[in-house]
Amino acid sequence: MSLLTRLALGLAAFALVLLILAPLVGIVAGTDVASLMTALQHPLVWPALTLSLLTTATSLALILLFGTPLAWLLSQRSGPGWRALEALMHMPVVLPPAVAGLGLLLAFGRDGWLSGVLYPRGASLSLTTAAVVLAQTFVAAPFYLQAATEAFRQLDPRLTLVAQTLGASPARRFFSVVLPVSRSALVGGAALSWARALGEFGATLIFAGSLSGRTQTLALAIYAALEADVRVAQALSLVLVAVSLAVLVVVRLQPRATAGP
Amino acid sequence: MRPLAPLLVVLVALSGCKRSAGPQELIVFAAASLQTAFAELGLAFERAHPDVTVRFAFAGSQALRTQIEHAADGAVDVFASADWRTIDALEASGRVEAPMTFARNEPVVVVRRNAQPALPDFDALPRVERLVLAAPEVPIGAYARTILQRASRTRGESFGATVLARLVSNELDTRQVLAKVALGEADAGIVYRTDVRPTDAVAVLTIPADALVLASYPAAVVTRSDTPAQARAFVDWLRGADAQAILRRHGFLPPDEAAR
Repeated sequence: MSLLTRLALGLAAFALVLLILAPLVGIVAGTDVASLMTALQHPLVWPALTLSLLTTATSLALILLFGTPLAWLLSQRSGPGWRALEALMHMPVVLPPAVAGLGLLLAFGRDGWLSGVLYPRGASLSLTTAAVVLAQTFVAAPFYLQAATEAFRQLDPRLTLVAQTLGASPARRFFSVVLPVSRSALVGGAALSWARALGEFGATLIFAGSLSGRTQTLALAIYAALEADVRVAQALSLVLVAVSLAVLVVVRLQPRATAGP
Repeated sequence: MRPLAPLLVVLVALSGCKRSAGPQELIVFAAASLQTAFAELGLAFERAHPDVTVRFAFAGSQALRTQIEHAADGAVDVFASADWRTIDALEASGRVEAPMTFARNEPVVVVRRNAQPALPDFDALPRVERLVLAAPEVPIGAYARTILQRASRTRGESFGATVLARLVSNELDTRQVLAKVALGEADAGIVYRTDVRPTDAVAVLTIPADALVLASYPAAVVTRSDTPAQARAFVDWLRGADAQAILRRHGFLPPDEAAR
């Protein structure tokens, strides 16, 4: 490699590294411990923090509970209908957040097309804490679903076959063989889903609204604080950066993580 | 390295650097409630000033304030706010020149059509099940809270408290408050009279005079505008007969000269 090529290569690589790291440095470096402590005592902060933890934990539980069986079905079937369904399940990843929020309103809102089936007249989940969970589950589920489907697909069929010949029931085979073998991929997918739920903003704003203590999650509180007190927004951002970094470490530490970047 | 050249050109172009040739570009940041009226005002201003192209960004005044505080020199030329508090903060930090009021507006209660039998007038507001307001930082959110406070003086302390207890969301601008009510997600909200179009599925309740506060709209030249002459022309023109006629047609009230 000529010197010029190496220089160009290095410059190109550095440009993207700078773009991605500079904002993180800005958030971390711009906050000193004293102002972080002051900002964390702002009345917006704790309701948002606890609400975010509560709702993302619930969303993650829903994703695991309903996503694991769906991923198993998707991994075992190969008809065109199943392929199409698998593709459709990834729509939330590519959908603009505003579209997701409006879609959730038009389906599960008070005048949504499912409202007559789901709620007594006039009631609705929209603009409640439950709406936060639904929005998070909607946008975050595909990450776990994809990781789990791929993991189940790559499973050596001989493993379950052996378990079967040893007399293990289907449920026992799933819980004692399939899940432990796929564990690292599932944990990686779940961590990504959880991080995506934690950062959820657009769909929540439209479908759940923004009310401190009820629907205002960390991401929404950051946006609200930006217009009142930038230091609070910065401190909250620091919390989210730290949490996201921890999730990334968890994902990367999984030995055979099949999840995407 | 050659492919980088067009890329750099694109980046520079996207960064909003204005061309020196052709019409001057005037960037106007305006409160969300001005959206419909200003779209028409922009065209009228361009007709009167063929050498100027007007571009708008609409959002809650408080969001525009934050953006102006972080904007590059020359990125914004004029700011039109829905209240004095927001623009005063920018003037205090030297980011805008002295503002002038060019219009006023009347806050109203909007009620979703199905909820109207239960909410026939403003005094019935404590019966609301789900209320949506703009956040307190947003001008219409601040006006709404002042209105509820004033209403409580004659209707009892519990009036405002009961209404606020039914709040389900703090929206980021007046248009989003209206959207939540029009979509049927909230029973009532407080927006400007000019926001409501005949096609919206909402009923409008007038706020009684003893509780009402009118919104004042000040506009100012942004100090670091790179087209200050055109920016000043636009702000002055807003108070002229042509602009006032358009604003009146969209339901805005004339500025109150007595109170700046």
